[in-house]
Amino acid sequence: MSDTLSGPTPASADPAGPAPVAAPVAGTTSPAGPSPPRRRGSDLVYYALHNKKLVFGLSLEALFVLAAIFGPIISPHNMTDYFASNQPPSAQHWLGTDNLGHDLFAEVAAGLQVSYMVGALGALCAALVGMTLGFIAGYRGGLLDDVLQIFTNIMVMIPALVLLIVIGAYLKTRGVLFEGAFIGLTTWPWVARAVRAQTFTLKTREFVDLARMSGKRGWSIVVREIAPNMASYLFLVVILLFGSSMLLAANFDFLGLGPTTATSLGNIMNQSTLWSALQLHLWWWFLPPGLLLTGMVAALLVANVGLDEVFNPKLREQ
Amino acid sequence: MRRYLIRKLITYVLAFFVGATIDWGIPHLMPGNPVQLYLSSFNIRSAAQYEALYKTMSQAFGTNLPLWDQYLHYWSGLVTGHWGISFWDPPAQVTTLIFQALPYTLALLVPAIVLSYTLGNRLGAAAARRRILDNTVLPAGYVFQSIPYPWLALALAYLLAAVLHVFPISGGYDPGLIPAFTWTFISNLLYHWFLPFLTVFLVSLGGWAIGMRNLVIYELENDSSRYLRALGAKERVIRRYAYRNASLPQLSGLALALGVVVGGNIVTEYAFSYPGLGHLIFLAISNEDYFLLQGIFIFIIIGLLVANFVIDIVFVMVDPRIRLSMQGAPS
Repeated sequence: MSDTLSGPTPASADPAGPAPVAAPVAGTTSPAGPSPPRRRGSDLVYYALHNKKLVFGLSLEALFVLAAIFGPIISPHNMTDYFASNQPPSAQHWLGTDNLGHDLFAEVAAGLQVSYMVGALGALCAALVGMTLGFIAGYRGGLLDDVLQIFTNIMVMIPALVLLIVIGAYLKTRGVLFEGAFIGLTTWPWVARAVRAQTFTLKTREFVDLARMSGKRGWSIVVREIAPNMASYLFLVVILLFGSSMLLAANFDFLGLGPTTATSLGNIMNQSTLWSALQLHLWWWFLPPGLLLTGMVAALLVANVGLDEVFNPKLREQ
Repeated sequence: MRRYLIRKLITYVLAFFVGATIDWGIPHLMPGNPVQLYLSSFNIRSAAQYEALYKTMSQAFGTNLPLWDQYLHYWSGLVTGHWGISFWDPPAQVTTLIFQALPYTLALLVPAIVLSYTLGNRLGAAAARRRILDNTVLPAGYVFQSIPYPWLALALAYLLAAVLHVFPISGGYDPGLIPAFTWTFISNLLYHWFLPFLTVFLVSLGGWAIGMRNLVIYELENDSSRYLRALGAKERVIRRYAYRNASLPQLSGLALALGVVVGGNIVTEYAFSYPGLGHLIFLAISNEDYFLLQGIFIFIIIGLLVANFVIDIVFVMVDPRIRLSMQGAPS
């Protein structure tokens, strides 16, 4: 899951982290310039546009997203049509055909969409649960924190893949929604941990004390005072979750535990092994889906590092 | 310190409890009755026959008992080591099958984790703030980190086995061989072991390298490093201190990553038909051997708990703060 991708760089996770992270770099804009929030924003845009990693990662990712959107449209064939089987890539079948004679380009294009969908769903679910529990544990502290901590630590130790294998043995039909939700509900613990640690250090700051003294409620303090100060960090977390969810989904799908109602990239790889594509040297069947997935996740990772550098002056190249 | 240990212990005991309960709960809470499922594989014609068989089987498996009673039975079996008899390989105990597969899984997992962790950390630390290394190690790290396990397994098997015939395409040893402590068998074992090992190793490597690189950069920017530099310490010394500080978060990261690597290992075993626990799980599923499935799940949980415990102990040995507080210094 998540942890195969290293979390956002520790510099933003350290106790002194988030607040100074988003602070504008002193002296880069004229004192007579626009109001503080806008100055900060334009600074970030400047660094974002000049960060090679971010620009490269985002452009590459945009390319994949475009492929996912327009792939099925430009594909000359339908996923459900039958042609000659096991054809290598040609002008007619850009990625060849599988053993049933399905056009693999059409399948891969559809698979891209499903993989993105599962990734987004998993990331959103995990972020939602992880942030909620992390904020509660970090802000409330005390017994509630202890209980949530133990709960989180238990969840960390239950391996998602093995759990899904057991569930999959009994649940014979699974949809995209199920897979996304399942991924989210098993990968939230490390988000909760990170958010809790950050909340813990932020809640002792003066501005939080001030908000508390002015009679604000707990939730509004978390939402208005604490969360904005780690917004950049949370953003990076969601991006990482997105990538790791797609990878995790590929593992599930490859084992035949993915959606039974849709074709994903991992699904295509699963089919290829079931029909001995390796032994028959049908490389066009199993190489493109995984290669695309690697590109999709790597582009996200590179963009993520670039973003981290944009948000965090300490990390910029020296 | 005592509080720390007690909390750890509570977490482990609870995690085992939750894991065992999930293991019991999934088959019981899922729709469908296991006895009905089992009987559906026989082709029974008359209703009376079915009724009689259903009754006997329910009694034999204990599914006619109230749920709490079944749950207690499950626990007593779990604790006393009676994990049931395999449907798929009838006289064999579930535990025997698991222990037969275990050496293969451990032979993949342990070297892959240890080597990727140590080598990845070294690589990452060396790359930090060194332009040339950084520009090569970092992109390679991102790519390795992003490769799905199944794809790397397929790509390696295709290139090195199907096309170049350097390594075998699947299996744990040649089909004609009988497991024995002979050179022919062991060399054949290693020959089959290499590709699955390489898969698990390579996917983990990138993550450790990148994590360590980031941590070391952060440490090198630290006040303690600046102070050392101001004192005129050699860069080598500063880096050594940075590395030691950075290895603590990496170690806790290792504990977090274990579950993922175990999952990746299962996928890899499946891709290579490597006869470890991951392969056994799929045999259990395809043969509807639910006792075996249940046994493997709880066994993997126990394994992860033990591994986490080992990492906790290593952590105490490595982190001087915890070690000192254990020796009685104020924490």
